[in-house]
Amino acid sequence: MNNLMTREKWQTIKSRYSIYLVLIVMIIVCNLLNENFLSPRNLSNISAQISVTTILAFGETILIIGGLLDLSCGSVLALAGVLSVYVFKETGSLSLAFAVGLIVGVLCNFVNGILVRRFNIPAFIATLAMMTVARGIALLFTKGQNIYQIGDYVWFGQGKIGFVPLPVFFMIIVGIVTWYILGHTSFGRSLYAVGGNEEAARASGINVGRIKIGAYLINGAFVGLAGILLMARTNVGAPNAGQGYEFEALTAAIIGGTSFSGGLGTAGGTLAGAFIVGFLNNIMNLTGVDSYLQQVIKGGIIALAVGYDMWAKVNRTRKTLGAAKLPNERKEAKA
Amino acid sequence: MQKTLLEVRNISKSFPGVKALEDVCFSVKEGSVHVLCGENGAGKSTLMKIINGIYQPDGGETLIKGEKVQITSPIKAGELGVSMIFQELNYTPEMTIEESLFAGRWPKKSFGRVDWKTIRQKTLQLLKQENLSYDPETKLKDLSISNLQMLEILKAISRDADIIIMDEPTSSITNKEIEILFEKIADLRARGKGIVYISHKMDEIFRIADEISILRDGKVIETRPKDQFDIDSVISLMVGRALGQGYPKEEVPVGDVVLEVEGFSGPAGFSNVSFNVRKGEIVGFAGLVGAGRTEVMRALFGLDDRFGGTVKVHGAPVRVRNVQDSIRNGVVMLSEDRRRYGIVPIRDVKENVTLASMDQFFQKGRLNASKERSRVEEICKKINVKMASIDVQVSTLSGGNQQKVVLSKWMLQDPDILILDEPTRGIDVGAKFEIYKLMTNLVKEGKSIIMVSSELPELIGMCDRMYVMAEGRITGELDRAEFSQEAIMRYAMNMTRKAV
Ligand SMILES: Nc1ncnc2c1ncn2[C@@H]1O[C@H](COP(=O)(O)OP(=O)(O)OP(=O)(O)O)[C@@H](O)[C@H]1O
Ligand SMILES: [Mg+2]
Repeated sequence: MNNLMTREKWQTIKSRYSIYLVLIVMIIVCNLLNENFLSPRNLSNISAQISVTTILAFGETILIIGGLLDLSCGSVLALAGVLSVYVFKETGSLSLAFAVGLIVGVLCNFVNGILVRRFNIPAFIATLAMMTVARGIALLFTKGQNIYQIGDYVWFGQGKIGFVPLPVFFMIIVGIVTWYILGHTSFGRSLYAVGGNEEAARASGINVGRIKIGAYLINGAFVGLAGILLMARTNVGAPNAGQGYEFEALTAAIIGGTSFSGGLGTAGGTLAGAFIVGFLNNIMNLTGVDSYLQQVIKGGIIALAVGYDMWAKVNRTRKTLGAAKLPNERKEAKA
Repeated sequence: MQKTLLEVRNISKSFPGVKALEDVCFSVKEGSVHVLCGENGAGKSTLMKIINGIYQPDGGETLIKGEKVQITSPIKAGELGVSMIFQELNYTPEMTIEESLFAGRWPKKSFGRVDWKTIRQKTLQLLKQENLSYDPETKLKDLSISNLQMLEILKAISRDADIIIMDEPTSSITNKEIEILFEKIADLRARGKGIVYISHKMDEIFRIADEISILRDGKVIETRPKDQFDIDSVISLMVGRALGQGYPKEEVPVGDVVLEVEGFSGPAGFSNVSFNVRKGEIVGFAGLVGAGRTEVMRALFGLDDRFGGTVKVHGAPVRVRNVQDSIRNGVVMLSEDRRRYGIVPIRDVKENVTLASMDQFFQKGRLNASKERSRVEEICKKINVKMASIDVQVSTLSGGNQQKVVLSKWMLQDPDILILDEPTRGIDVGAKFEIYKLMTNLVKEGKSIIMVSSELPELIGMCDRMYVMAEGRITGELDRAEFSQEAIMRYAMNMTRKAV
């Protein structure tokens, strides 16, 4: 009996905090592989490198919890970034440029939200369309040319508050905002309910449409911010920037335990997921793993993470719902 | 001497924080029906899920036809001749009836192509044989929950298993379908199959049982042939105390009309429905399943569209475009389909209970966590939800306790008018009595209740006034003094027309 209780406790701990355990193990292993790994400089580098995709990942986390998704964030990021840089070059005002970046992100995601909500287009399709459209507008607007000599704009990417680089500072702020929204506001509560069982949420008086659009608007602000930071970090207004970032962001969120079936996920988990990916990239670079091979490894990790998520979900349903149809599904797989 | 088909010995099972089963022994003989009784959370479904291979026991052994077996998965259970109808329906909404009936064992043509023609034939044949008029191409999401349940029953029976487990199969089907089911059971029994039957409905239990076992707090405390039990002894063994008799109905002074519905018509097949509810009144809605009662209530609550009709609350016309409007007007509804419209299964009890009244706990959008905890704990205790803590996922609660969580949600919301659609579905006798008492207390506080139920005795026992519906219309209205099964059934079958 005693034995049993400890085993159960261990199980709960394992399932709730497994992602942090993975992170710790990873730090230990990386540290063994390379003694520079834990140097403040390397850690600060990694944080700065992952800041942009992590901010996107927080947005994806909010959306996935609500049963939604954003494939357009890489493109919208580029559009918001180049417009923001353009405005800065025309006016010289950092605050105006900052505002423009955020507004563009929010507007694009408002459209995403409307497409999903009003026209009942699946989030996957709606944001896929936005992905192409936003990239197209960014290229049209810049005639496909990079905007160079962005002057003081680089401050967003290279400035520091104390010893913390600005992008890392923003990443922390966005993380705290996400944590607060998810755990301490009625919006967050509603979001989990909408993702967990939309019909029940509606029947409990939750305005499902408003929650979904709200989730996209928040995501929009994060994407806009990420766009500003990326342009400033790379010192160029590049309409082609951010390609494939949506997958990096999704990877971090999924590794962090956000479930694609909705209703589950935390800000802390996503942050851990982002660091796991960041550490992995970093250690592969430090130890000189071939860059093509790196892609293969990263893909494998995504498959593992999502596979684990599905497996855990099947287990969960089996355990808790006594799913009548599961045996059939498995038989199909065998056939 | 009948052979024993299935036997479990000294089965134990724990979940985090709960000991669901302790040293349970249980057996099923061939050609007999073994009924399992017990309160919500007693461990009935858990025991059956162990026999069906969904859970692994912590200890004990299972024998099938005298041989020791390890049932490691539902597939294994199927191979060993065990088939189960689950309490909590779990279906793929986009599947059609024929697809789901043969899911996982679709007949194949060459190159592994599914033989749809045979499926169609077999489905039609099966439906005809069972006297059910469903269209094989209907999607599951368009079926009512009683039709879904019936389909589940057909599926389990058509597998030709030796041991068939039925976990509350009748909690949501119509009387006609119950009769079909009972004929099936009699037939299976005559063919030497063993049946385990779980239900909270006493009259059913005594109709079909050969043997009855009583489970309390995870232990089997009695197993006897049916004739050595009577209803009272079963109930007192189940709950471990004597239970209040009858219905805790009290006369409450009835006030002004608080809700007035006029000329309701809707796409869901009801038309020109008008009724009213007074302060302090419990108004019943009787009728056969499919009469349109649920549909009217859903439209009134803003869940479904309607063509026309007006709603007045406290004499003033109100708009009901969606559920938020309705809640603002002080009208809430407990849905008959708790899996779909009641719970968010993967979230915890606390979040589920406060879902409809977040404004009480979020000041300016910010959570007051300690206030939330204490209010939720208080209300769950009041209606006796059995759980390890308010932090466990709702999906881990027993069926009846999930129902209580949904009820707690609406109690906490503190509405003026409660629409309760099948409030006691899946709830044990003891807790039923508690819910009736709760209803009485609510009307004493000056609230009003609309009660929709397919169990006539509870409507007759609890209501002050009753409307009867048939084919989408109100066919009769009765005062408490006029209540009788016959009168109600006459209106429900629409044999007399009485203008309302
Ligand atoms: N997967 C699970 N995880 C944790 N606890 C569980 C799980 N499944 C069941 N339990 C707990 O085990 C106990 C027995 O549950 P069970 O579902 O067997 O009850 P039941 O007798 O079928 O009740 P009901 O009449 O309400 O259906 C309950 O306290 C329940 O909360
Ligand atoms: Mg049960």
